[in-house]
Amino acid sequence: MGITQILFWFLSVLALFSAIMVVVSKSPIPSVLWLIFVFFAITVQYILLNAQFLAIVNLIVYAGAIMVLFLFIVMMLEIKPDGRPLGPLLRQWLPALLLCGVCLIVMTVFLLLAAGGAGPLPLVTASPLAFGRFLIQKYWLGVEIASFLLFVALVGALYLGRGNGTTGG
Amino acid sequence: MHSLLLTIDWVLVIEKAVLISVIIGVSLLIAMYETYAERKVAAFMQDRRGPSRAGPGGIFQPLADGLKLFMKEEIIPTSSNRMLFVLGPGLAMLTAMMTSAVVPWSSHFNLFGREVSMQIADINIGILYIFGVVSMGVYGVMIGGWASNNKFSLMAAIRGASQIISYELAMGLAIIALLMITGSLSLKTIVEQQQAGHYYVLLQPLGFLIFLVCAFAECNRTPFDLSEADSELNMGFHQEYSSMKLGFYLFAEYINVFISSAVMSTLYFGGYDIPFVNDAALGQHIGQNPLAALQAFCLFLKVVCFIFFFMWVRWTVPRFRYDQLMNLGWKVLIPLAMANMLATGFFLLLKENHWHF
Repeated sequence: MGITQILFWFLSVLALFSAIMVVVSKSPIPSVLWLIFVFFAITVQYILLNAQFLAIVNLIVYAGAIMVLFLFIVMMLEIKPDGRPLGPLLRQWLPALLLCGVCLIVMTVFLLLAAGGAGPLPLVTASPLAFGRFLIQKYWLGVEIASFLLFVALVGALYLGRGNGTTGG
Repeated sequence: MHSLLLTIDWVLVIEKAVLISVIIGVSLLIAMYETYAERKVAAFMQDRRGPSRAGPGGIFQPLADGLKLFMKEEIIPTSSNRMLFVLGPGLAMLTAMMTSAVVPWSSHFNLFGREVSMQIADINIGILYIFGVVSMGVYGVMIGGWASNNKFSLMAAIRGASQIISYELAMGLAIIALLMITGSLSLKTIVEQQQAGHYYVLLQPLGFLIFLVCAFAECNRTPFDLSEADSELNMGFHQEYSSMKLGFYLFAEYINVFISSAVMSTLYFGGYDIPFVNDAALGQHIGQNPLAALQAFCLFLKVVCFIFFFMWVRWTVPRFRYDQLMNLGWKVLIPLAMANMLATGFFLLLKENHWHF
């Protein structure tokens, strides 16, 4: 077992454990913090696959920006567990279990369909330059559409956040 | 187990471990003396003498301060979230330290027949790594402020975090213009390009100015230290902290100042390049090891100039109001950075076209 395998298993266990903690945490703030751990573990997994650019973008966008906003909202709302029962256990767990089961089945089917079964993925290092060229040359339409959608969302958020115009600011 | 031992290049591991401990030690030492320098600079600006009792010229003052912080009683508020309360300062310190991994502190030494690079990791995403770690730095402030379970701390934490997020945007846009020129994200490559050509501050003066302002905001330094505005928030996000946990927050700020000075020197002022001297020719003359030492010293001098500038501004410019801060970030710096980016792109294309339309 090389250092890569040890890291892989360690990170996988960390990611899975943190993911479970996200779900079972009673209060939302630890839940958000565990989710950051999940993203962190996945980022390092990307680095193990030599996808450095993907890793760092994952870290900046998800852990650095989106989770901060999550944390912001949760802190502002100040949700506290008030000891109320959350309904019957079955109703809590059944949807999650169903969804997980479906995902597991789909994944197993795909794994079985993949010819050859287990095989090592070819290791390639994509420099940011090559990655950028590839993205802009091959998928420029997708990039443009995505950025336009984000822009529309931004304008929409601005419109909603402005209120009815009487409060100003 | 046997094969495990074989797969690791132990010499490399030891080399990097030594380098990491040296850099962390030096960062801590510099942060320590930054506190001293801050008080001395403040005294100089205000026509006082500053700390002068501990040792000659007060040179042992940081040791006394550190000892004081260690000896103080440690209080963890009963209503706080204990685990996160302890995690906050640790996280702040960790993220402050982690940034130093991609900064090239000098070229390389030839020791024991090996070429020892003075950069912990020359990854091809250097600048993005710094951004990633800086964006993690928000959590130190946010978690600490929230876990204190104090309204003022929470408000300060939210202020600090929103400020850091806002200024990160302008910072990123300022960097994009620089990256369009360099074509590389590796800090080492950027320094080598500057050694061969001009310092990038000459090509990107506006970008540098934006980066500088954003660096002040990212470090929570005056005039952007709204998360520590004591007149409005009692003391800030670390109000409930005492002893060395408070020390960690204060220390992390000084380490951030040091590291951002190093990053600014690297990106815009040639990094470890010796100004007005052809480094390669000098290296032939005096040998690689003295050259590398000289280069490290030059970077250190540049960093010290920036640190002094940080302190100079602190004792000159008063704190912004919160709406002024947000207006500056979103309505001035971001449009300026975008204009800078467009102008840079325009000139680059024009240059590729041999200055013809």
